[in-house]
Amino acid sequence: MTLPHREPRFLTGAWQVARKDLLIEFRTRSAFLAASVFAVLAVVIFRFTWDPTGIPAFELAPGVLWVIFTFAGLLGLNRSFALEQQDRAFDGLLASQLSRESIFAGKVIANLVFVAAVQALALPAVALFFDLSVGSAWWAVMAIVLLASVGLSAVGTLFAAIASNTRMAELLLPMMTLPFFVPLVIPAAQASALIMRGQPIEDGLSWLKVLVAFDLVFVSACVVAFPFTIEE
Amino acid sequence: MAMVSSTTGRPVGSAPDAAASPLLGEHHGVDLLMSAAVIACVAAVVRALFFTPVDAMLGAVQKIFYLHVPAAVVGLYIACGLLAVSSIMYLWIKDDRIDRLAESSAEVGLVFMGIVLTTGPIWGRSSWGTWWAWEARLTSTLFLWLLVLAYLVLRGAVESQESRARLSAVMGSLAALLVPFIHLTVKLFRGMHPEPVVLAPEKPKLPIEMLTTFGMAMVAFLLLFFALLRMRYRWTTMRDARAALLSA
Amino acid sequence: MLAHDRPTRTVPPSDHANAAPVLAPILEARAVVRRFGGRAAVDGVSLTLRAGDCLALFGPNGAGKTTLLRLLGGLIKPTRGEVCLAGHTLPGDGATRRLVGLISHHTMLYAALTARENIRFAAECQGVLDVEGETTRVLTHLQVLDRADTPVRSLSRGLQQRVSIARALVHRPRLVLLDEPYTGLDDVGASALTEALRDAQQDGAALVLITHHLHEGLALATDTAIMLNGRFAYTKQAGAHGIDVTAYQQQYRSLVSEGAA
Repeated sequence: MTLPHREPRFLTGAWQVARKDLLIEFRTRSAFLAASVFAVLAVVIFRFTWDPTGIPAFELAPGVLWVIFTFAGLLGLNRSFALEQQDRAFDGLLASQLSRESIFAGKVIANLVFVAAVQALALPAVALFFDLSVGSAWWAVMAIVLLASVGLSAVGTLFAAIASNTRMAELLLPMMTLPFFVPLVIPAAQASALIMRGQPIEDGLSWLKVLVAFDLVFVSACVVAFPFTIEE
Repeated sequence: MAMVSSTTGRPVGSAPDAAASPLLGEHHGVDLLMSAAVIACVAAVVRALFFTPVDAMLGAVQKIFYLHVPAAVVGLYIACGLLAVSSIMYLWIKDDRIDRLAESSAEVGLVFMGIVLTTGPIWGRSSWGTWWAWEARLTSTLFLWLLVLAYLVLRGAVESQESRARLSAVMGSLAALLVPFIHLTVKLFRGMHPEPVVLAPEKPKLPIEMLTTFGMAMVAFLLLFFALLRMRYRWTTMRDARAALLSA
Repeated sequence: MLAHDRPTRTVPPSDHANAAPVLAPILEARAVVRRFGGRAAVDGVSLTLRAGDCLALFGPNGAGKTTLLRLLGGLIKPTRGEVCLAGHTLPGDGATRRLVGLISHHTMLYAALTARENIRFAAECQGVLDVEGETTRVLTHLQVLDRADTPVRSLSRGLQQRVSIARALVHRPRLVLLDEPYTGLDDVGASALTEALRDAQQDGAALVLITHHLHEGLALATDTAIMLNGRFAYTKQAGAHGIDVTAYQQQYRSLVSEGAA
């Protein structure tokens, strides 16, 4: 007798995968700790090599933030598929009723949460160390950071899937993704700098448009491309 | 090589048919296209150096423009365009020949883009006094060069031929989508900062002698590109055939 | 049921009402070929399996058994030929994939999660309705309930293997594919596995079992095959009294040495 079952749903499946990934990361904490250590180190080094009379804080801070987010993001992305490779757990996922797109979306969500957790640590740290007083415009900065992080996670997750098929995943992942991060990091850093400088958000509208366009194009493209990364 | 026939009666080893295409297949004897390309390049260089007037304003260094612009046209538009199109096509029609075309375009394109990236700063040094000034086109070229390099490193890192073709086609297709975003980002960035006076061959009206030299250089580079492309393509065909034979 | 024609079982009209109904095949493979580069790993295999059947697949390393298994489970596509699972051509969609349970010598578990969490996740992914109930059921069945809340990485290899088997059976699959599942199992584990597989068979599932353990394989098998160079070199159905292990062993040895020559 076939067991009665629940039909697979895109979001439910994605959420199940995301929850599993986050649970594993929470248990091991290895990638998050590495990312946090890197963040603190970066903040300290940039702070102590910075001449406040030469460059104002809001010129330097966005660069520092995005260096941290990008490299911390890469640490999380690496482990995203490494944990599936370990005992061929991925085969179990692929053999289940979940659609490939669901699995991909779940991993993107988990990576996004990971990056957001690092950001939640790094943003206050940078604000503190660099004496930034942005005031009410923080929501704008956070919106920009979120927009860019969505694109970062989508593209990063796809390339992590590709890299996991190779022997040099840790080297290959940054090489492949960094050109793709350019249209994310530059607009995000420029727009954040603008806001921290006190300019109205409207001045950075063209940067925001690039971010939104990138997210729309690449999230869909990556969802479509993901099944091709799986051998059949 | 043991040939064990399957139920369908076809031989097991299906090596890529190297001799199938007369234009692209194995060739013995003189490579006419390559010879023509080399002659054309020599002719263009000689003409550029000795028979073209020196630009009054920019000086002798301006002649590097006959190298820089054709290399940019060929490396950026033709090579990268071929790479993008063949990557997308491969995902649709899984033909190994398309994959080999993508690989060859990437390799030859990398060389031509390298020429752009070396001639640009040489020109920049003499006219702006600095090797690198984040000029819009050069910056875009740099990012594209890094992208194609990553593509080739990916190809080198995947062992199975089928996976290699499939995974690099995914990357190539996404790279095709990325290019307009890179151009846009760099243009917006430059829009905020005053740009150094740029090598803009389209704008000034070139005298007829310079135009002719430029035309010759363009033709020479086109011939060179396709000659090199075909050479690399044949090499990848033989390499893959050999690998298939070894694993059969 | 293997590459030779066998009449479909039908019920003669004189039989009584509770005779076995017509059994449609769960799994059918027709002249399946799979190439990797120039090499054919599977080179023309056909088979039919019905509910309760168990195909024991033997053969030396590199014969193509694992590739065949992945083809039968829809994890990879055949280069030529067709595989049908419950009437659907593979690779199918999620509904078809749910019918399969896959067990290999890789545990397919997440080392940082507990046994219970691993199985629970597998049950959720497969759309099982009573996740907790079914999880406890398989944990008990495979006799790992007492270690259910330990992270998998702290468990011994044998226990991990049992958890992996539980993970594959939690959603009551129609087709169970096993790639050397007895590897690393002690006596308790091996008998727990055999019991679980017998129950699955009785439940109507079909099994394909790759193993080097001739005894265990022949104990469960209704059909056997020895695979060499991507093809079935020898097939034998189990009669009413099973298959004689010694005789089969001799058959295997002579075939393999012949093939190597």
